[in-house]
This record gives sequence, structure tokens and C-alpha cells, in this order.
Amino acid sequence: MFYDTRISIGMFFTLIGTILTAFGVATRDHADAYSKSLGIDANLWWGLVLLLFGIVALTLGRRGQIRLEKAPAGQQEPGNKKSRSPAAH
Amino acid sequence: MPNLAAADWLILLIYGFFMLIAGFSLKPAVTASRDFMQAGRAMPGWLCGVSMLAAGLGSQEVLGMGAAGARYGLADVGFFVLGSIPAMLFAGLYLMPVLYGAAPRAPRSANPPQATIRSIPEYIGLRFDQKTRALSAFTFAAMATFGAGLALYAMARVFVALHLFDRVADALHLPPAGALLLAMALPAALVLTYVMLGGLGAAMYNQALQFCLVMAGLLPVVLLGLKKVGGCNGLRAAVPAALLHEWSGAQHHHGVGAILAAVAVGLVLGGGAWCADFRLLQMPLAAKNLGSAQRAPLIAAALCVFVPFVLVLPGLLAVALPTPHTSILIHNENGAIVHDITVVPPAAEAGQGLVPAQADAGGQPVKDSGGHPVLDYTMATPNMLLQFLPMGLLGLGIAALLACMMAGVAASVTAFSTVVACDIFEPFFARGTSDARLLAVARWAALGGMLLAFGAACAAMRFNSMLDAVMLVFATVNVPLFSTLLLGAFWKRASSHGAFAGMVAGAVAALLHHGLDLPLGSQPGIHGGWIAVLHHPANQLISDLGAATLAFAVSLSVSAIVSTFTTPRPESELVGLVYSLVPRPPKRAIWFKRPEALAAAVLLVAIAVNLVFI
Repeated sequence: MFYDTRISIGMFFTLIGTILTAFGVATRDHADAYSKSLGIDANLWWGLVLLLFGIVALTLGRRGQIRLEKAPAGQQEPGNKKSRSPAAH
Repeated sequence: MPNLAAADWLILLIYGFFMLIAGFSLKPAVTASRDFMQAGRAMPGWLCGVSMLAAGLGSQEVLGMGAAGARYGLADVGFFVLGSIPAMLFAGLYLMPVLYGAAPRAPRSANPPQATIRSIPEYIGLRFDQKTRALSAFTFAAMATFGAGLALYAMARVFVALHLFDRVADALHLPPAGALLLAMALPAALVLTYVMLGGLGAAMYNQALQFCLVMAGLLPVVLLGLKKVGGCNGLRAAVPAALLHEWSGAQHHHGVGAILAAVAVGLVLGGGAWCADFRLLQMPLAAKNLGSAQRAPLIAAALCVFVPFVLVLPGLLAVALPTPHTSILIHNENGAIVHDITVVPPAAEAGQGLVPAQADAGGQPVKDSGGHPVLDYTMATPNMLLQFLPMGLLGLGIAALLACMMAGVAASVTAFSTVVACDIFEPFFARGTSDARLLAVARWAALGGMLLAFGAACAAMRFNSMLDAVMLVFATVNVPLFSTLLLGAFWKRASSHGAFAGMVAGAVAALLHHGLDLPLGSQPGIHGGWIAVLHHPANQLISDLGAATLAFAVSLSVSAIVSTFTTPRPESELVGLVYSLVPRPPKRAIWFKRPEALAAAVLLVAIAVNLVFI
């Protein structure tokens, strides 16, 4: 079964966003760590942006996946796939 | 000291893990050869479009656009837009209806969905004949492995020059060449694993993720860099005005004639890439229906309006920033491994902004005949990453560089395996073989392709100047193929002998041009002039662009002339293979859902955006 890609993209960016945000919060007081990024806690802010992107992609992907499962075989050419339904997610 | 912290490593590991997930989770879905080679023809249009663009933005393109941004400024955005958007719109509107549904006449009724073409050489074989198909299959296979190898090497070289993985190399007691080999072998093994497991589907899923990652890694650099130089006004003050205009800057330097020549060259190159290169066209061919296949290049074109800014601005900002005088790139405290491409302080200081000068073996900046340092523009974007990203985000930036490299290499490997299995193995060695056998051949061909690519990368380690041959190979292989495909798909009269003669003549013309042309200041050899030097263009780029344009013109005219003197195939055999004989699908009732509407919108937005920066 070809799942909806937005799920894996969403999962990836949610995970990365969470890690960066957490790392940014933990290192907020380390001024020398952020001298490179002009004193901005870039991890925190960019982590939040990526988290938001990840959640949006995940939501869209979940909806797409439901639509994909509702219409099995109908979208695909007949006779091409035999055992498509219970595969990996 | 640019060593990676634990947070950076964690992000890199998660990235690698997600790449493998796609391979393993698609493995059960790959039961037939078409699942492997065409992702079951079940992909939505947006995914095909995004992965097509990601495949087109390999390591040389991403590094090269940063380099060109540092060198030519925003003019490179203009050149990229010109070289991609018209060709993509053309591919979506006119080429896809021909290619997507093309199938041999006879078996269509017997075996409907299985018979459509799987590759560009297969289309060439249907439209013309087997000899033209074999020629294009073999030249394409050679080009794909060569390109993948150089893409591996180009990015691995940057990683070594950044000294990011020195600690790993030291821990493993690797010699300097070993670090480079490791930086090539690890990503190559990762790509090979997911491609062999999940085929084109896994490659496309990952390319979509990789594209998002490239944007996520480079955008913060652009934002922080812009803040550092003081926004748009600061940028305007810091760099020469000519760098900030797409067209008028070039016009002042080279005149209107040069701009028109650039337009022609851009169209030829764009067509050679987006309308003929199977590495890119395999994605729309995997779409779930014709509408999606048409939408794929159009969506890629829509992204191409904005994406070049993200790739070019880091380079432009790199020259706008002050040149470092105590370089942050010094990294020789524990036993100094000096490599000939290592960026060391004298070379960085001789550079411009964050673009270092090329260093010779002793670490001193290389000077040209006028005494000016020769700049290593390739390092523009990577140096910006190191300069601005704090630990944590730096891991994301490095993952972005890895991602663009892997997206390009994966596209080459899947395309190679498809062409080897269905254009070399099936018709010439095992006609009518079973599908399971074809699937196995395609899988192992991916391994073979990656090994050949790795061999090419190792050769490039020995002979650095091979990197300059990429454009020549493109002009020799892809540009004549583009003209052949164009004639085949749109001119009923084009005959098989004409196509074959045109492809050969175009390739010979490109090679002859290369053999007779030598850029100023180069030695005869891989840079050209190996027959006799008749002409000295100003630089390598102009020489290569000349070769490409000449190859296109020669190929097109030879094909046309030979076709008029040979008998074409009867029209009844060409139904479904030539644009005028393709049955038209019923038009969608709602006008704004038609591909033409999307194409027109993309074109208008592209023109509007480019007018702002004229």
C-alpha cells in the first residue's frame, strides 16, 4: 500500500521541530551558543516554525490517508495490484 | 571550531532513519516490476511535481546556485527561471499527453494498463526503431552513472573541506582520502538501501521530504544573513548594484545581444533537462492519471518561481558579508591533516566575503595571471551554514546538504535501473521474460548503477577536473535527445533514420566543438581544445553553452534533412505517439481546473516576480 507521503513528512518535521524547540529552551541562557545567530535563539523559533509545518502536514496527510483507504483499487488500474490492502502503514 | 554537537548528530540520525523507513514500508507494496520502476503508477500529481524538482536540485545544482549567486548575483535567478519554467510548462502541457499514454498499438487491447511506456528510450523505440532506442538507452545509462558519481563527489568534497566529520575520521584512524571515501560511501549506501527496497516509490517519497528539508535548512540562513547585513537596504549597500538585478545588470556588461543569446541557450538547456532527461521525467510518468502527470511539471514550475531565491541568496549574502580575517575555519590543532582542498586562513582571507579563495597544496591562495586570488565559489553556501547556524540548527543545515545530494543520486539510480531493465535487458537479452525476473533485474541494476557511480566518484577524486565535464556530457547526450524527442513527438514526418542520424550528429557536434574550443587560461585536455584550438571563449561556461546550442541546432537540422529524404512510418502506426494523432481526453468542464489555466497562472506570477527584480 502506498501511503500518503504527507504523513511521513509531517512526522519528520514534528519530531525535528520538537527536538529543536526543546533544545532551544534548554540552551536559552547560553549567550555564546547563539552569538553565531546574532543573539537570536534560532533553535527555538525555527523549531516552532517546523513544528507548525509538521503538524499541518500531518493533519493533511491523515485526511489524505483516510480518503486513500476509502477508495481502494478504484484509483488504481484494475488487475495491476493483487494484495495491496493489508500492507505496511 | 565546526564540530557537531549531540543535537546535530541526533537530527542527522533521525534524517537517516526516516530515509530507511520509506524503503522498508514500501517494500511489501513492490510485487511487480512496474511497482518498482513506476511506483505502481499510483502517485498523486503534487508528489510527482515536488520529487521532480527535488531530483533536479542535486548537489551540483544547490552548490552551483549558491556559487553563481556569489558570482553573478540575482542574474542567476533569472537564468534559472528561464532554464526551467518554460520547459516545465511545455512538458506539462504538450509533452505529457504524448508520453504518459504512449503504448504499442497491438497489445493495447489485450493488456491495457501494462503496455504504456516505462522510460524515454522505450518511447523512442516505439516512435522510431530499436537502434535509436539502444543508442539512447546506452548513452543515458552512462550519463546517469557519471552524473550520480560526480554529485556524490561534489558534496563529499564540501563535507571534507568543512572539517565537519574530522572527529569521526580521527576516531576511525582514517587517512585524509578515507574521510572523503566515507563521506561518499555512507550516503550512497543509504540511497542504495531505500532504492533497492522501495524502488521509485521510496525515492519519490524521500525526495518530497528532502525538498522540504533543503528549504528548512537554507531558509534560516537566508533570514539570518539578511538580518546581519541589515535587510534589503543593507544588502543594496553592501554589494555592487549589478548583482541585484536579474537582467539589466547583465545588459550593462554584455549588451542586449548577449541577453538574447542567453535566452536561447536557457531554452535549449531547460528543454534538455526538463523535457528529455529521464531522471526527471520518470516522476510524472509514475503519476496515477494523465491529469496528475500534466500537473506534476506545472507544480514544479510553480515552486521554481520562489525556490531559486532561497538557493541563490546565500551565495549573494556570502559576498555581502565582511571577509573574515581570523578564520573560524582553522582546524589544525590535533595533527593538522592538510588536504589540497582544505580551506585554511590565507585562502579564506584572500577571499571575498565568506567566499574563500582556492587554496593550493600548501594552503596558500591560488592566484590567476593578473595576481587576483581565484575564488572557490562552491563554498559560498556551505560557509554561510557554518557562519550562521548555531548547534542544533547546524545539524539541520548539514542534513539539508545531504538531502539535496541524496535526492539527485537516487533519481539517477532509479532511472538507470529502469533503463537497464526495460531498454537493455528486456528487448536485447531476454525478450518476453517473466515479470518477476524483470523486477529482480531492475533491483540489481540499481546496485550495479550505484557501484558504477561510486567508481566515477573515485575517478573524480583522482582527476578533479572531471567536475567540469558535467555540462559537456549533458550537451553530448541530453541535448540531441531533446531535439529527437521534440521532432518525434510533434512532427509526423520524422523518420527513424533521421532520428538516429540527428542524435549521432548532435553528439559529434558537441564533441567537435569541445575539441576545437579552449577557454582562456586553460590547458588543452578535459577543458577542451584536444583537436586544435580555433577559438578562445572567455570561460568554461560560455564554451559549454556554445557546445549545447550547437548540438541542438545540428541535431535538429540533420534529423530534419535526413527525414525528408527517407520514408516516414505510415500514420496508422503513429497513432498515440505523435501529438497531432493522440486522442484528446475530454476537457474538464471547469476552466480553472484545466492544466492550461494553472500554466498561465504560473507564467504570469513568474513574469511579475521577475519584473520586480529586472
